[in-house]
This record gives sequence, structure tokens and C-alpha cells, in this order.
Amino acid sequence: MTDPAYPLFYTFHFYLFGVIALASALAFVTRKSPVAAALWLVNVMFALAALYVMLDAHFIAAIQVLVYAGAIMVVFLFVIMLLNLGHPSEIADARGKWGKMAAGVLGLILLAEIAVVSGTRVRPEWVVPRGEMNRLLAEKGAIGVVADPLFTRYLLAFELTSILLLIAIVGAVALGRRSDHTTDPAEESAHAG
Amino acid sequence: MSELLLLQVANPQVVASSTGVFLIATLVKMLVVFTLYMVGVALLTLAERKISAWIQDRHGPNRVGPHGLLQPAADGLKNIMKEETYPDAAYKPLFILAPAMAFLPALTAWAVIPFASPLPTRWGLIPMVVADLPIGFLFILALTSLGVYGIVLAGWSSNNKYSLLGGLRSSAQMVSYEIAMGLSTIPVLLLAGNVTLSVIIDQQAHGLYNILNLTIAFFIFMVAAFAETNRLPFDLPEAESELIAGYHTEYSAMKFSFFFIAEYANMVTASALMATLFFGGWDIPISGWENAAPYTVLKTVATAAMFAAKVMFFIFVFMWIRWTLPRFRYDQLMSLGWKFMLPLALGYIVVIASVMLGLDASGIEYGPLYGLALFGVNLALVMILFVMVDHGRIISPAYGRLDPRELEKLRAMRQRSTLARRPDARAPVGPPKAARVTGGTP
Repeated sequence: MTDPAYPLFYTFHFYLFGVIALASALAFVTRKSPVAAALWLVNVMFALAALYVMLDAHFIAAIQVLVYAGAIMVVFLFVIMLLNLGHPSEIADARGKWGKMAAGVLGLILLAEIAVVSGTRVRPEWVVPRGEMNRLLAEKGAIGVVADPLFTRYLLAFELTSILLLIAIVGAVALGRRSDHTTDPAEESAHAG
Repeated sequence: MSELLLLQVANPQVVASSTGVFLIATLVKMLVVFTLYMVGVALLTLAERKISAWIQDRHGPNRVGPHGLLQPAADGLKNIMKEETYPDAAYKPLFILAPAMAFLPALTAWAVIPFASPLPTRWGLIPMVVADLPIGFLFILALTSLGVYGIVLAGWSSNNKYSLLGGLRSSAQMVSYEIAMGLSTIPVLLLAGNVTLSVIIDQQAHGLYNILNLTIAFFIFMVAAFAETNRLPFDLPEAESELIAGYHTEYSAMKFSFFFIAEYANMVTASALMATLFFGGWDIPISGWENAAPYTVLKTVATAAMFAAKVMFFIFVFMWIRWTLPRFRYDQLMSLGWKFMLPLALGYIVVIASVMLGLDASGIEYGPLYGLALFGVNLALVMILFVMVDHGRIISPAYGRLDPRELEKLRAMRQRSTLARRPDARAPVGPPKAARVTGGTP
């Protein structure tokens, strides 16, 4: 089981955080209380961040915690608390027998996908040689490693993504505004026309 | 090669490379930092009461021990002996977890804050930071963003409407000010070119301190730090005149006092961050001897004392402001965060980046001259911001008196706007809109 290329210390922590992430994910989908479920999701984020650190992706790990655990999940909690969601069966995405079965089948498909991906051989040119990341970290710093390709080689994709986000923000604002003024349906259709 | 390694290990001026030394040194550092931190936090409760008494011209606690020095021990004992109560409707797992979650992020953030110059030992040079992570500062940002969970969950799990309102206020407040806080530190990172705190300290030691380089960023950071620690004037989550005690209404005994420990712990961490990011961390101002290569134990002790002094100064500022300023209203808090601090922080990033670009293009190396140029720009910006633009509207001294002419003008404006709102003279002169009670949840 142990890969001779990795020390026991590394392997141990990989499995430790992997188990934590999987167990928390299971708890996340099975908890009835929305707040408890949200907190288990935060725990998944943490375990994933730890795994990112083990892959020498320090920056991604910090951003994972900062953005997902620190901002998005706080807003989720805020909304859950504000709405004080009622019975769990009303808010579940997969309702009834057929919904649950569809969810189960989808999960199995994803599991099969993981099995296929982990079984395929990775081309050697895709693999970063060991110690390469440490050299880059020492040379450019934790952020430079990410920022350098992002703002040179992948600049177009980066800018397109930011425009996509901008569109999403504008859309959210537009939706929020419309629900604010839906007092007169006639007036609204006039606006739409 | 192995010979060289042995030599290195023996040399006290070279960073220790042995794993065993690293592990033991880290353990010792963790113990020392944790102990000092916890004792310091306990003593801070006394400091707060003493300083408040001094500000209000009272004596403060002076019965337990000499000059009341044992008051924290008495308080701790009292809180441990008290009965722990659990509300019937509380969600117990989170009710118990919440106080710890409020406190842990502040404690963990100390892992990356350097607190002294490296210590030479016979096993090699030991850096005086528990873990010098490559992401340094981002680690702190990530952790402090988690501090909100403790308060929010305490508010929610208590199942009490006052607690819930406190928790909601806190989550809105912390999410809002976190953005300003993160943006205000971007100029610091721009200047240092790295996110490691030791590099940020080094950069300040070789030029001017960031308080001179980046004055406005410091002010934004300080205001955001006050909001993040839920201290007055931003203590809306526990506003006792509106919410009883806010998120910790239902807590008793040691769990109650844990929220106070968390508050003081957050305060110490915020003070340490301000000292590190803007006041050079453990660097002793002007003198350059503590940064030079032959490190001695004396230098470590002196720099640690310097760092402690800087941190304590900021803790004093926290307390000073708490006992001086009244609480903000909720809408004031939100508009200050979103409409003033956020655009200001964004604009400041652009200004600093352009000034740096100009300085780099004109071939000035990083050093005192570079810092002076930045300081000049900052001086101009501070004048523009606080004197011309602000004009006493946002930042006015507590003792400030209104000019009679200004007062007359404001009265005229108020009359005009009141008339404009009610053109109908026959309208009832009853209580205006503002006096309507807006309580009552659905």
C-alpha cells in the first residue's frame, strides 16, 4: 500500500485527512439540521485544504479556507439562520423515492468515473518532478507560483472568468431588484417590453 | 557533505537543519507562546478594568491581592465554581462548541507571527516564530475569517431571539469588514513582494516602517480590526442596551467567560498584526544592530521586549477607544464599511501601485529614499482625505464643537428637508417616520 517514494509521515497524513474529508462529507449529506450539515461541509473544506498543502499548493489551501470556509459558508449560515428553515424534508433537493434513487445512481456514476480516472496511466510529461515545487516556492514565493502563469500564459482565460463573474453579479443584482419591485404586474410587463 | 552538515549544526549562526532540533524547538516555542498568551489574556481583563477606571477617574479593582493583581485569578475561580446552565431549546453540540470556536482562530494565528530576532543555540539558529509558512499572512487572513463562526453559532444554537440577532449582526459585520481588511493589506504585500511575515518585517527594517509608507492602509486596517474583534465602537453583536448581551445571552459560568477570553485573544492577535504589518514587528526603530548577522541572546530578548511593547501599545489603544467612543448605529456601520472603507481601500491600492511603478521606473532602489517618496504621497493623501474630503463628517473628535454658523446651516437644511418631505401643511404633526418602532419580527 505504501508508495516507497513517499515517507510514512506523508502517507499517514494523506489517509488521515482523506478519511476526515470523506467522513465529513458523509455526515454533510446525512445530517437533518441544515446548520449542522453546513458545518460538516466546512470540515470537508478544511480537510481538502490540508490535502492541498500536502500537494505543495499552499496558496490554493489558504484561499480554499478563506473563500469557502470563511466567506461563502458564513453567508450560507447567515441565510439558513435568517430563514430559519423548517422541516428538512421540505428543503431537500432529492425528494421522494425517485429523487433519492436518481441521486444514488448519479453518485455511483461519479464513483465509477473516479475509479476509471485513478486507473489510467498519467503521461510522464504531466507529472511535476518531485522537489520541483519546493524549488519554485523558494524562487517565486507561494503566490508567484500561481500568479506568474495566471497573468502571462492564461491571461485570456483569467480575464474571461472575471467577466463571467461580473455577469453573474449583474444578474444577481438584476434578479434582486426585480423581486423588490414586483408590486404591479402590469408595470413590470411594461418594463420588460 | 555529511561533514559539512555536522559543521552547520554546530554553528550557532546558521539555521538549524536537523529534524530533531526542529521538532523540539517547535514544541518548546508552542508551549512558551501558548502559556504567555493565556496568562497575558487573563491579565488583560484586569488591564481593561484598570484602564477604564483610570479613564473614568475611579480606582478600579483593588481588593484582591496587591493593587488588585489577583483579580483575574479570583474571576477565573468564580467562573469555574459557578453552575453551567443549558437552555432547554438550545442545540447542545454547537452550544458547547461555539465558545471554543470563537477562541481557537485567534490563538492559531499566532503560529505565524514572528516575535523576536533568531535565537542562537548550540544546535544552530532557531527562528523565533512557531511556523514560518510560505503563505504567512494569508494563513492569518484565512484563520481570522473563521472567527465569525463561534459568535454566529453561539447566537443560533442558544435558540434565543436576542442571541440570534447578535449572531446575525456579527456575521454581517465581520463579512463586510473582512473585505476592507484584506484589501487594506494588499499595499503591504505589494511593497514587500511576498506574503511571509518575516519578509514584511525585513522590508520595513531596511526602509521606513509601513505606517509611514502606507499610512492610509494602516487606518483602514485598524478600523477593520476593531470591527473584526467586535470591540466598541463596533460591538453591535452584544449591544447590551438593545440585545441584553447579544450572542452570549444564554451562556453562563466558564463558557461565558470563554467568550471574553476569545475577545481578548482576538484583540492581542489584531494588535500583534498591526505591530507586525505597519510598525516593523520586532525590529527596534532607527538602530540597526539587532538585524545584523551575529545574533546574540541579548538581541533576541531586546527584540522580544520591543515587540511586546508595540503589541501592548495597540492593546492600550483598543481599550482607550472602547472607553471613549459610543457605539455606531447599524446603518452607520454598514455604510462606513461598504461605502467608505471599501472604495477607499481599492483606490489606495491603485495609487500605491502607480507610485511604486513610477519609483521603479525612475530607478530608485528600495530604501529610505523610496520610503520617503511614499511618505510624501501619503502625507498629501492624508491631508486630502482627513482635512478636505472628510471635513469632520466621518472622523470628528469626540470633544469637537460645531461652529455656530455651521450649526445654523445644518438647521436650515433640516428645516428645508422637513418642509420638502411634507408639503401638505395640514398633515398631522405627529411623530415622524423615524420615531416609528421597527421592532417586531414576523
